[in-house]
Amino acid sequence: MSNHEYTPSSKFGKWFNDRLPLLTLGKHLTDYPTPKNLNYWWTFGGILTFCLITQIVTGLILAMHYVAHADLAFGSVEHIMRNVNYGWLIRYTHANGASMFFLAVYIHIFRSLYYGSYKSPREIIWILGMIIYILMMAAAFMGYVLPWGQMSFWGATVITNLFSAIPLIGESIVTWLWGGYSVDNPTLTRFFSLHYLIPFLILGLVVLHIWALHVPGNNNPIGIDLKKPSKDTVPFHPYIVIKDLFALLIFLIIFAFFVFYSPNILGHADNYIEANPMVTPAHIVPEWYLLPFYAILRSVPDKLLGVIAMFGALFILVILPWLDTSRTRSAIFRPLYKQFYWFLVADVLILGYVGAMPAEGIYLLVARVATAYYFAHFLIILPVLSRKEKVLDVPLSITEPVLGGSVSASALKQKKDKL
Amino acid sequence: MKRFLIIFFFLISINLIHPFSFAAEKAAKPMSPGWGFKGFFGTFDRASLQRGYQVYTEVCASCHSMKHLSYRNLSQPGGPEFSEDQVKIIASQFEVRDGPNDDGEMFDRPGRPSDNFVSPYANDKEATAANGGAYPPDMSVLVKARMGGADYIYSLLLGYEEPPEGISLDDGVYYNKYMAGNKIKMSNPLSEGIVEYADGTKATEEQMAKDVTTFLSWTAEPHLEERHKIGFRAIVYLIIITILVYFSMKKIWSRVESEI
Repeated sequence: MSNHEYTPSSKFGKWFNDRLPLLTLGKHLTDYPTPKNLNYWWTFGGILTFCLITQIVTGLILAMHYVAHADLAFGSVEHIMRNVNYGWLIRYTHANGASMFFLAVYIHIFRSLYYGSYKSPREIIWILGMIIYILMMAAAFMGYVLPWGQMSFWGATVITNLFSAIPLIGESIVTWLWGGYSVDNPTLTRFFSLHYLIPFLILGLVVLHIWALHVPGNNNPIGIDLKKPSKDTVPFHPYIVIKDLFALLIFLIIFAFFVFYSPNILGHADNYIEANPMVTPAHIVPEWYLLPFYAILRSVPDKLLGVIAMFGALFILVILPWLDTSRTRSAIFRPLYKQFYWFLVADVLILGYVGAMPAEGIYLLVARVATAYYFAHFLIILPVLSRKEKVLDVPLSITEPVLGGSVSASALKQKKDKL
Repeated sequence: MKRFLIIFFFLISINLIHPFSFAAEKAAKPMSPGWGFKGFFGTFDRASLQRGYQVYTEVCASCHSMKHLSYRNLSQPGGPEFSEDQVKIIASQFEVRDGPNDDGEMFDRPGRPSDNFVSPYANDKEATAANGGAYPPDMSVLVKARMGGADYIYSLLLGYEEPPEGISLDDGVYYNKYMAGNKIKMSNPLSEGIVEYADGTKATEEQMAKDVTTFLSWTAEPHLEERHKIGFRAIVYLIIITILVYFSMKKIWSRVESEI
């Protein structure tokens, strides 16, 4: 945080700023000292903000034309695709935007895992991020229901039915969620209402997420605390702004390829079949970004335990700062953690893969092993590593190669090259 | 930076090959005749779309509805591009139920370009009952609603065969090697010369299958040509601005002793 009290130069500016210190806030945001060694994995925060705004703006326009009614929803989406001016562009941007949003959020989360950004003093930032992530999944799931295609309908049926696993009151809860005895019009209208609400909750949480970030400042690739401002930092504007913009543009090029040249590749063909409660699709598959959790859910033979495992897989991330207590943040200085980090990445990718496959035979076996490993990573490996791992010496600053121990200057340079 | 991009593209490619589907049991891999509407500059073959409309309306439309299209769409840019007068004539050949009129009665009138395609059956139940218990799916977005898209539809139309020995078929069930499970309730719709093309093209089964699939690809994605055109411009624009921003970034960061 900037230590200098900001005084606007103009008289009006001063008058306004005394009453509502927006100019002070603006000054704080532009001056905000940022570590100068941030790599491109740090640009996804900005990219995610862009994704959220894009989803809200395109969603707002879609909501002007969409009709949330079981008999009309599918047709209204086709109306958007055919008759609304550039409706196809708006809808494809919104639908692929969700996938790009999740792609970015997964990179953002795994960056945090690699560089230990969730550790003290940034636990609250991490927890807020996890709440945002869970809300994103809820929003995406409900959004996928709105076109009222076959996958919408049956996806909604499968996911809402999870709550029936709750003992005693489960069935009543499901009826309450549906607003009836099956997924039907009341379910669709409430999902639409909630789908409209959640992005604004996320927006509020994003503000808190950034606010909490601006208290300790950014973590950085070598994971050390910095003096701010100092030779190790640069002001947010223009240095980080231009770098984030460059990364965003690269991201947009990839985004554009999806929207313009393969807009349906990330969706399921069955969702272009209008919902029909009498016909069950051969395989009910959620969107790709939910597949790892779907795999965990299905890998447990018991329904209730499966649901607990699935939600547990998310909850375990929330308490991560207290599972990994190693004081060294960055994986660069944690040779063992680095290995296990990549195992976890592979594990999650495998879970995603088997989540898309039928839950039988070899796929089920792989899903079970991968699920067990997922939990072992957080509950066994991380706590043990925190105590036993021999970490490398960490430099004391980014610019000056001052070392806390015996690592030579050339070794440090090697590490820095790797960043 | 380079490593960042490599990993990024790796992640993207994982998404692309993500196995949303698995080959349905006992179905042959669809063949592709080569579509002009695929690729960066893909456009529809106008003449093929018009022939495809003829096949749809003379063959498919006796069972399959196309309820999300209007006759006016047939004259829109990027589609079959019939002239507006032609579309008026096409539309007027259909009887449309309208009303109620001032006397409170429903009445039939000739179709107008603004009308939606007239469905062959009054409702889904009637369509199902008339087709031996198998609902003939609406064709508006059929190409997008099937794994394999245009290739699959094209192959299915040409995939009728005598069942191999040991497979017995019930009445009204046919053998098709591209159908999941190989059993289909639609009889082979195409036979050579079933339509007579106005432009003199020989109506072979392959030709008709290709034309009607092209037409169905357009009905599923009526703004495809516009999308490809805008997409190309958007991406070229993005690449240029990315290069400019890259050099601005280099310039700005040259003041700082740090790699970027």
